[in-house]
Parts: sequence; structure tokens; C-alpha cells
Amino acid sequence: MQIDLNGTPRQITAGATVSKLIEELGLASQACAVEVNKRLVRKAQHTEHELAEGDQVEIVTLVGGG
Amino acid sequence: MTTVTSETDSGLFSLGTRTFDSRLIVGTGKYASMELMCDALETSHAQVVTVAVRRERLYNEQGQSLLEFLDLSRYTVLPNTAGCFTAEDAIRVARLGRELLEQLGNPGANWVKLEVLGDKKTLLPDPVGTLEAVRELVGDGFEVMCYTSDDPITAMRIKDAGATSVMPAGSPIGSGQGVLNRNNIVLCLELLKQNDPTYPVIVDAGVGSASDVSIAMELGADGVLLNTAIAHAQDPVLMASAMRHATIAGRQSYLAGRIAKKLYATASSPMEGAISYIPGE
Repeated sequence: MQIDLNGTPRQITAGATVSKLIEELGLASQACAVEVNKRLVRKAQHTEHELAEGDQVEIVTLVGGG
Repeated sequence: MTTVTSETDSGLFSLGTRTFDSRLIVGTGKYASMELMCDALETSHAQVVTVAVRRERLYNEQGQSLLEFLDLSRYTVLPNTAGCFTAEDAIRVARLGRELLEQLGNPGANWVKLEVLGDKKTLLPDPVGTLEAVRELVGDGFEVMCYTSDDPITAMRIKDAGATSVMPAGSPIGSGQGVLNRNNIVLCLELLKQNDPTYPVIVDAGVGSASDVSIAMELGADGVLLNTAIAHAQDPVLMASAMRHATIAGRQSYLAGRIAKKLYATASSPMEGAISYIPGE
């Protein structure tokens, strides 16, 4: 199925959870915050939250800023 | 008479639930390299540093990650909502920042440097969106450090909405113009500290050089937040040192109480006993 990941379309396994996606992206070992359809999905819910077709997913981190 | 016990003796600075020795808050953006940023942060003696929340670069392995370089045990990290033009987006970004800092176990997790911008060219704040976001975020348990213009009434409204600190801009972000309207900063300080003298007011944005920092501190600001002035200086580490000392100098000068300005001169040496010819005498 297709989701929108950080503004770019991406194919992922149907029914994949947020955890699974993070793992596939190689981000499991680092801090990252996830939003699905503009709502924060807290880390504790990453293993339960299943993604759906067309979900808009944002994965963010901290960068230099003022 | 105060005994000045150390170079940094300018009193402790409380921001929300935390207390610091340093009144200088610095950003982590725009440095030529992460190594240079680390050196500048260390030299500045800042204990609070700001960061931004941005998309993870999923398809580009190039570039260094801030989190690999920033010593999180050393700094309280203040995540910003830079680049947000609506209250809704600023609230989303604040929550994402909190999520990240909670995962990292940093005490800045409940903090946000709120920016709700009104215009891309000037980066001036949108006061309506800012107020809306302050209310929502305070209700959600955040300690909000709020970027705003130097308008004293807006500053007061933001405090009334529950912001932990109001942070009026000296001049537009990154402009290096310093404190353009000292009177407005003085009025902000007066209104915000009325019956609440310890309420923290931080001059945020517009600093270009060390004297700008000292001016803000001499006016009575509790702290100064800056980024570009250090990061884009020809020698950022040296400028970080200058900013550190300017913050201390300005604070001490404020605490020491300056002399009143007078139109005419007052001689520092006694006239009595002068052997010289004095006109009119």
C-alpha cells in the first residue's frame, strides 16, 4: 500500500505498524518523533499503531536552529 | 556593596522550573560545521540551546546529525517552532519536539520556544496566532518561551495567556540590527514585571554584536537569545566569548545602577586647588 512519507509517496507492506516502518527505514536506534495525519503517535504506541492506505506520515528529528 | 566573587557573578537566572548561571541562550543553526558549533557553544558558556524540528532525511545519508554532536547531558534543549505560520502547525511541532526530547531524556522536553510567524520576508510574529498557540500549549502542560515583537501590550497578553517567559525581539530575526526600540523593550519589561519582578523577559532576535547584548541586558532583560550573530561571525568562537562577556557586563551594569544622563559635564578631578587659569573665575 502507499503512504505519504515526509512529503514523498512510499510503498510499504499492508498493515505495517509505525514501529515496522521505523525499522525498515533504519531509524530504530535513534530518537524520532512520528505524526500520522497531523496527530502525534507517541513512542509507546508505535508498536500498535497500524498504518493505512494514504496515511500522511511525518518522521522528524532535531536539527540546528535558533 | 556587592562582592564580585567571579567573572560570571551576575546572579542566578530562573526560567520556568529550572535555574542557570548563564543568561545567554544560543541557537545551534547556521554553523559551518558541527565541530565549530560545539566549540562556540562551549565558549559561550550557555546552558540552554535552541534547536529546530525537521523532517528526518530519509533518502540522503549525507550531512551530520546534530544529535551525534550535541552533548545532551550538558545543555537544556529548547526546541523551537521556527518556520510555523499557523498556531496549528506550531502546536504540532511543539508536540513533536517534546516527544523527541522525552525520548532523549532531556529536561527541555516540556519547553518550547514558540514562534508563530506572520510573514516570510520579515519573519515578524503573528500576534493572533501566537496567543492562540500559547493558550493551547500552556493547557497541554508546556512551559512556553514566547517569541514576540517588542509591542508591550502584545507582550502583556502573552504573559496573561500563561507563557513562562516573554521574549520580545530587538529587531527582525537574523537581521543583526540590535535593539531598535529601546523604549519598547523598557515598556515590555515594566509591564511584564509589574508586581512580578522575577518574571523572565528575554530579548530574542536581532542581535548583531556584543554591544547589542549588553544594551539589552542593561535595559533590564533577564537574558538574551541569539544565534546568527555567533554562527555567522567571521570567528564564531571568538564572538561566542564576546557574547558571553557582554551578557555578564550588561547584567552587572544593570544591577550596579547607572548614573543619570546629564546635559553638561561634571569634572572628575576637583577644581579646588587647580593652579591653572579657569575661564570666568
